[in-house]
Amino acid sequence: MKIRDIILIGVVLAIAVSSFVLVELFKQDGSYVIVTLGEGENRHEIARYSLSKDGEYSLNGGTNVLKIEGGKAWMIEANCPQNDPQSCTKHSKISRVNESIACLPNNLVVTVYGDDMGENNPDIVLG
Amino acid sequence: MKTKKVAFIGVSIALAMVLSYLESQIPIFAANNGFKVGFPNLVMMVVLYKIGWKETVLVSILRIFLMFFCGFTRDITGLVLSLAGAVLSLLGIILLKRTNLFSCIAVSVVGGVLHNIGQIIAVCIWYQTAGLALELPLLLISGTIAGAIIGYVSGILVKKLDKLKF
Repeated sequence: MKIRDIILIGVVLAIAVSSFVLVELFKQDGSYVIVTLGEGENRHEIARYSLSKDGEYSLNGGTNVLKIEGGKAWMIEANCPQNDPQSCTKHSKISRVNESIACLPNNLVVTVYGDDMGENNPDIVLG
Repeated sequence: MKTKKVAFIGVSIALAMVLSYLESQIPIFAANNGFKVGFPNLVMMVVLYKIGWKETVLVSILRIFLMFFCGFTRDITGLVLSLAGAVLSLLGIILLKRTNLFSCIAVSVVGGVLHNIGQIIAVCIWYQTAGLALELPLLLISGTIAGAIIGYVSGILVKKLDKLKF
Protein backbone atom coordinates (compact mmCIF):
# COMPACT_ATOMS: atom_id res chain seq x y z
CA MET A 1 0.00 0.00 0.00
CA LYS A 2 1.23 3.41 -0.96
CA ILE A 3 0.27 6.72 0.56
CA ARG A 4 -2.17 7.49 -2.27
CA ASP A 5 -3.94 4.18 -1.68
CA ILE A 6 -4.52 5.20 1.90
CA ILE A 7 -5.74 8.64 0.79
CA LEU A 8 -8.16 7.13 -1.75
CA ILE A 9 -9.54 4.57 0.70
CA GLY A 10 -9.75 7.27 3.36
CA VAL A 11 -11.74 9.56 1.06
CA VAL A 12 -14.15 6.75 0.12
CA LEU A 13 -14.60 5.79 3.77
CA ALA A 14 -15.08 9.44 4.79
CA ILE A 15 -17.82 9.89 2.17
CA ALA A 16 -19.47 6.64 3.31
CA VAL A 17 -19.40 7.47 7.01
CA SER A 18 -20.46 11.11 6.59
CA SER A 19 -23.38 10.16 4.32
CA PHE A 20 -24.42 7.59 6.92
CA VAL A 21 -24.29 10.14 9.75
CA LEU A 22 -26.15 12.76 7.66
CA VAL A 23 -28.93 10.36 6.68
CA GLU A 24 -29.33 9.17 10.29
CA LEU A 25 -29.43 12.75 11.60
CA PHE A 26 -32.21 13.86 9.28
CA LYS A 27 -34.48 10.85 9.65
CA GLN A 28 -37.86 11.62 11.18
CA ASP A 29 -40.24 9.24 12.86
CA GLY A 30 -42.95 8.10 10.48
CA SER A 31 -46.61 7.55 11.23
CA TYR A 32 -47.76 4.93 8.74
CA VAL A 33 -46.49 2.46 6.15
CA ILE A 34 -47.64 1.99 2.58
CA VAL A 35 -47.25 -1.36 0.84
CA THR A 36 -46.80 -1.20 -2.92
CA LEU A 37 -46.71 -3.99 -5.45
CA GLY A 38 -45.79 -4.41 -9.11
CA GLU A 39 -42.97 -3.67 -11.52
CA GLY A 40 -42.04 -0.22 -12.80
CA GLU A 41 -45.03 1.80 -14.00
CA ASN A 42 -47.48 -0.81 -12.71
CA ARG A 43 -46.48 -0.25 -9.10
CA HIS A 44 -49.54 0.49 -7.00
CA GLU A 45 -50.54 0.71 -3.38
CA ILE A 46 -52.11 -2.44 -1.95
CA ALA A 47 -52.35 -1.53 1.72
CA ARG A 48 -51.51 1.06 4.33
CA TYR A 49 -51.18 0.56 8.06
CA SER A 50 -50.69 2.94 10.96
CA LEU A 51 -47.46 2.49 12.90
CA SER A 52 -49.23 3.38 16.13
CA LYS A 53 -51.45 0.31 16.01
CA ASP A 54 -49.82 -3.06 16.73
CA GLY A 55 -50.75 -5.97 14.52
CA GLU A 56 -49.74 -8.65 12.05
CA TYR A 57 -50.82 -8.30 8.45
CA SER A 58 -50.80 -10.85 5.68
CA LEU A 59 -49.77 -9.15 2.43
CA ASN A 60 -50.24 -9.97 -1.23
CA GLY A 61 -52.42 -13.02 -0.63
CA GLY A 62 -50.10 -14.41 2.02
CA THR A 63 -46.66 -14.21 0.36
CA ASN A 64 -45.42 -11.89 3.12
CA VAL A 65 -46.43 -11.17 6.71
CA LEU A 66 -45.75 -7.71 8.11
CA LYS A 67 -45.62 -7.09 11.84
CA ILE A 68 -46.10 -3.71 13.46
CA GLU A 69 -45.29 -3.25 17.12
CA GLY A 70 -44.15 -0.30 19.20
CA GLY A 71 -44.09 2.05 16.22
CA LYS A 72 -41.78 -0.18 14.19
CA ALA A 73 -42.55 -2.40 11.22
CA TRP A 74 -40.74 -5.49 10.01
CA MET A 75 -41.34 -8.54 7.88
CA ILE A 76 -41.76 -11.74 9.88
CA GLU A 77 -42.57 -14.11 7.05
CA ALA A 78 -41.85 -14.38 3.35
CA ASN A 79 -42.21 -17.21 0.87
CA CYS A 80 -38.55 -17.08 -0.22
CA PRO A 81 -36.05 -19.68 1.08
CA GLN A 82 -35.37 -18.87 4.72
CA ASN A 83 -31.59 -19.12 4.38
CA ASP A 84 -31.63 -16.46 1.67
CA PRO A 85 -29.25 -13.82 3.05
CA GLN A 86 -31.09 -11.12 1.09
CA SER A 87 -34.52 -12.12 2.44
CA CYS A 88 -36.71 -9.22 3.49
CA THR A 89 -37.24 -10.97 6.85
CA LYS A 90 -33.55 -10.25 7.58
CA HIS A 91 -34.06 -6.51 7.16
CA SER A 92 -33.86 -4.37 10.29
CA LYS A 93 -37.05 -2.85 11.72
CA ILE A 94 -38.21 0.34 10.02
CA SER A 95 -39.87 3.29 11.72
CA ARG A 96 -38.57 6.47 10.14
CA VAL A 97 -39.74 8.37 7.06
CA ASN A 98 -38.65 6.83 3.75
CA GLU A 99 -37.12 3.74 5.32
CA SER A 100 -38.18 0.77 3.22
CA ILE A 101 -38.15 -2.98 3.16
CA ALA A 102 -38.15 -4.51 -0.31
CA CYS A 103 -39.18 -8.08 -0.96
CA LEU A 104 -37.40 -8.60 -4.26
CA PRO A 105 -38.96 -11.90 -5.44
CA ASN A 106 -42.53 -10.65 -4.91
CA ASN A 107 -41.91 -7.09 -6.16
CA LEU A 108 -43.29 -5.80 -2.89
CA VAL A 109 -42.04 -2.71 -1.06
CA VAL A 110 -43.04 -1.43 2.37
CA THR A 111 -42.20 2.26 2.91
CA VAL A 112 -42.65 4.47 5.96
CA TYR A 113 -44.40 7.81 5.50
CA GLY A 114 -44.78 10.76 7.83
CA ASP A 115 -47.83 12.92 8.44
CA ASP A 116 -46.71 15.61 6.03
CA MET A 117 -45.82 13.51 2.99
CA GLY A 118 -47.10 15.62 0.09
CA GLU A 119 -47.61 13.04 -2.62
CA ASN A 120 -49.80 10.77 -0.53
CA ASN A 121 -51.61 13.38 1.52
CA PRO A 122 -52.43 16.13 -0.99
CA ASP A 123 -54.94 17.82 1.35
CA ILE A 124 -52.30 18.57 3.90
CA VAL A 125 -49.97 19.98 1.23
CA LEU A 126 -52.69 22.32 -0.07
CA GLY A 127 -53.54 23.38 3.47
CA MET B 1 -0.11 -20.05 -25.12
CA LYS B 2 -3.62 -19.37 -26.31
CA THR B 3 -4.88 -22.71 -25.00
CA LYS B 4 -3.51 -21.91 -21.58
CA LYS B 5 -5.41 -18.65 -21.53
CA VAL B 6 -8.67 -20.26 -22.63
CA ALA B 7 -8.26 -22.92 -19.94
CA PHE B 8 -7.50 -20.31 -17.28
CA ILE B 9 -10.58 -18.28 -18.24
CA GLY B 10 -12.73 -21.41 -18.14
CA VAL B 11 -11.46 -22.35 -14.70
CA SER B 12 -11.98 -18.76 -13.56
CA ILE B 13 -15.63 -18.75 -14.62
CA ALA B 14 -16.20 -22.10 -12.90
CA LEU B 15 -14.48 -20.88 -9.74
CA ALA B 16 -16.48 -17.65 -9.74
CA MET B 17 -19.71 -19.66 -10.03
CA VAL B 18 -18.74 -21.96 -7.17
CA LEU B 19 -17.73 -19.02 -4.97
CA SER B 20 -20.96 -17.22 -5.70
CA TYR B 21 -22.97 -20.36 -4.86
CA LEU B 22 -20.96 -20.93 -1.66
CA GLU B 23 -21.52 -17.37 -0.56
CA SER B 24 -25.27 -17.68 -1.02
CA GLN B 25 -25.21 -20.71 1.31
CA ILE B 26 -23.45 -18.98 4.19
CA PRO B 27 -25.96 -17.27 6.42
CA ILE B 28 -23.42 -15.54 8.71
CA PHE B 29 -24.36 -12.18 7.30
CA ALA B 30 -27.96 -12.87 8.20
CA ALA B 31 -28.63 -9.91 10.47
CA ASN B 32 -28.06 -7.26 7.86
CA ASN B 33 -29.52 -5.36 4.96
CA GLY B 34 -27.97 -7.14 2.03
CA PHE B 35 -24.29 -7.05 2.93
CA LYS B 36 -22.09 -9.45 0.99
CA VAL B 37 -18.31 -9.84 0.78
CA GLY B 38 -18.60 -10.77 -2.88
CA PHE B 39 -16.28 -13.80 -3.12
CA PRO B 40 -16.55 -14.00 -6.95
CA ASN B 41 -14.90 -10.57 -7.15
CA LEU B 42 -11.71 -12.24 -5.98
CA VAL B 43 -11.65 -14.07 -9.33
CA MET B 44 -12.33 -10.83 -11.25
CA MET B 45 -9.42 -9.09 -9.51
CA VAL B 46 -7.02 -11.95 -10.25
CA VAL B 47 -8.12 -12.17 -13.90
CA LEU B 48 -7.80 -8.38 -14.24
CA TYR B 49 -4.25 -8.38 -12.88
CA LYS B 50 -3.10 -11.63 -14.57
CA ILE B 51 -4.70 -11.31 -18.03
CA GLY B 52 -6.55 -8.12 -18.88
CA TRP B 53 -9.73 -6.11 -18.82
CA LYS B 54 -11.53 -7.79 -21.74
CA GLU B 55 -11.19 -11.20 -20.10
CA THR B 56 -12.37 -9.75 -16.78
CA VAL B 57 -15.54 -8.41 -18.41
CA LEU B 58 -16.05 -11.78 -20.10
CA VAL B 59 -15.64 -13.79 -16.88
CA SER B 60 -17.85 -11.45 -14.86
CA ILE B 61 -20.74 -11.22 -17.31
CA LEU B 62 -20.62 -14.93 -18.24
CA ARG B 63 -20.62 -15.86 -14.55
CA ILE B 64 -23.78 -13.83 -13.97
CA PHE B 65 -25.63 -15.24 -17.00
CA LEU B 66 -24.53 -18.82 -16.31
CA MET B 67 -25.71 -18.57 -12.70
CA PHE B 68 -29.02 -17.29 -14.05
CA PHE B 69 -29.43 -20.03 -16.67
CA CYS B 70 -28.42 -22.71 -14.16
CA GLY B 71 -31.23 -21.52 -11.91
CA PHE B 72 -29.11 -20.14 -9.06
CA THR B 73 -30.26 -16.54 -9.54
CA ARG B 74 -33.67 -16.07 -7.97
CA ASP B 75 -35.37 -14.38 -10.89
CA ILE B 76 -34.99 -11.75 -13.60
CA THR B 77 -34.81 -9.05 -10.92
CA GLY B 78 -31.79 -10.78 -9.40
CA LEU B 79 -30.17 -10.89 -12.83
CA VAL B 80 -30.76 -7.18 -13.48
CA LEU B 81 -29.40 -6.22 -10.05
CA SER B 82 -26.32 -8.42 -10.47
CA LEU B 83 -25.62 -6.90 -13.88
CA ALA B 84 -26.10 -3.33 -12.63
CA GLY B 85 -23.61 -3.87 -9.82
CA ALA B 86 -21.13 -5.71 -12.02
CA VAL B 87 -21.14 -3.18 -14.89
CA LEU B 88 -20.48 -0.16 -12.68
CA SER B 89 -17.90 -1.96 -10.58
CA LEU B 90 -16.07 -3.38 -13.64
CA LEU B 91 -15.95 0.08 -15.19
CA GLY B 92 -14.45 1.47 -11.99
CA ILE B 93 -11.79 -1.18 -11.37
CA ILE B 94 -10.70 -1.34 -15.03
CA LEU B 95 -10.28 2.43 -15.35
CA LEU B 96 -8.60 2.79 -11.98
CA LYS B 97 -6.18 -0.05 -12.70
CA ARG B 98 -5.25 1.57 -16.02
CA THR B 99 -4.05 4.70 -14.23
CA ASN B 100 -1.37 2.53 -12.58
CA LEU B 101 -1.53 4.87 -9.60
CA PHE B 102 -3.11 2.59 -7.03
CA SER B 103 -2.51 -0.83 -5.52
CA CYS B 104 -5.10 -3.58 -5.86
CA ILE B 105 -6.56 -2.86 -2.41
CA ALA B 106 -7.60 0.65 -3.44
CA VAL B 107 -8.85 -0.61 -6.81
CA SER B 108 -10.92 -3.27 -5.08
CA VAL B 109 -12.36 -0.81 -2.53
CA VAL B 110 -13.60 1.40 -5.37
CA GLY B 111 -14.99 -1.71 -7.09
CA GLY B 112 -16.86 -2.78 -3.95
CA VAL B 113 -18.37 0.64 -3.37
CA LEU B 114 -19.38 1.10 -7.04
CA HIS B 115 -20.96 -2.37 -7.03
CA ASN B 116 -23.30 -1.33 -4.21
CA ILE B 117 -24.02 2.06 -5.82
CA GLY B 118 -24.94 0.33 -9.10
CA GLN B 119 -27.25 -2.09 -7.32
CA ILE B 120 -29.03 0.61 -5.32
CA ILE B 121 -29.58 2.73 -8.46
CA ALA B 122 -31.05 -0.34 -10.17
CA VAL B 123 -33.23 -1.18 -7.15
CA CYS B 124 -34.60 2.38 -6.98
CA ILE B 125 -35.47 2.36 -10.69
CA TRP B 126 -36.81 -1.21 -10.73
CA TYR B 127 -39.09 -0.61 -7.74
CA GLN B 128 -39.80 3.07 -8.49
CA THR B 129 -39.00 3.80 -4.84
CA ALA B 130 -36.41 6.50 -4.23
CA GLY B 131 -36.55 5.83 -0.48
CA LEU B 132 -34.57 2.64 -1.01
CA ALA B 133 -31.54 4.89 -1.60
CA LEU B 134 -31.47 5.34 2.18
CA GLU B 135 -29.90 1.88 2.28
CA LEU B 136 -26.89 3.25 0.45
CA PRO B 137 -24.81 4.84 3.26
CA LEU B 138 -24.58 1.56 5.17
CA LEU B 139 -23.83 -0.30 1.93
CA LEU B 140 -21.05 2.20 1.13
CA ILE B 141 -19.38 1.37 4.44
CA SER B 142 -19.82 -2.38 3.99
CA GLY B 143 -18.66 -2.09 0.36
CA THR B 144 -15.45 -0.41 1.50
CA ILE B 145 -14.74 -3.16 4.03
CA ALA B 146 -15.63 -5.95 1.60
CA GLY B 147 -13.52 -4.31 -1.14
CA ALA B 148 -10.53 -4.05 1.19
CA ILE B 149 -10.76 -7.73 2.16
CA ILE B 150 -11.08 -8.84 -1.49
CA GLY B 151 -8.29 -6.49 -2.55
CA TYR B 152 -5.92 -7.73 0.14
CA VAL B 153 -6.50 -11.42 -0.65
CA SER B 154 -6.31 -10.87 -4.41
CA GLY B 155 -2.98 -9.08 -3.93
CA ILE B 156 -1.59 -12.20 -2.23
CA LEU B 157 -3.04 -14.46 -4.95
CA VAL B 158 -1.60 -12.38 -7.79
CA LYS B 159 1.82 -12.53 -6.14
CA LYS B 160 1.57 -16.31 -5.68
CA LEU B 161 0.59 -16.72 -9.33
CA ASP B 162 3.66 -14.74 -10.39
CA LYS B 163 5.07 -17.58 -12.52
CA LEU B 164 1.85 -17.91 -14.48
CA LYS B 165 2.28 -15.98 -17.74
CA PHE B 166 -0.10 -15.57 -20.64
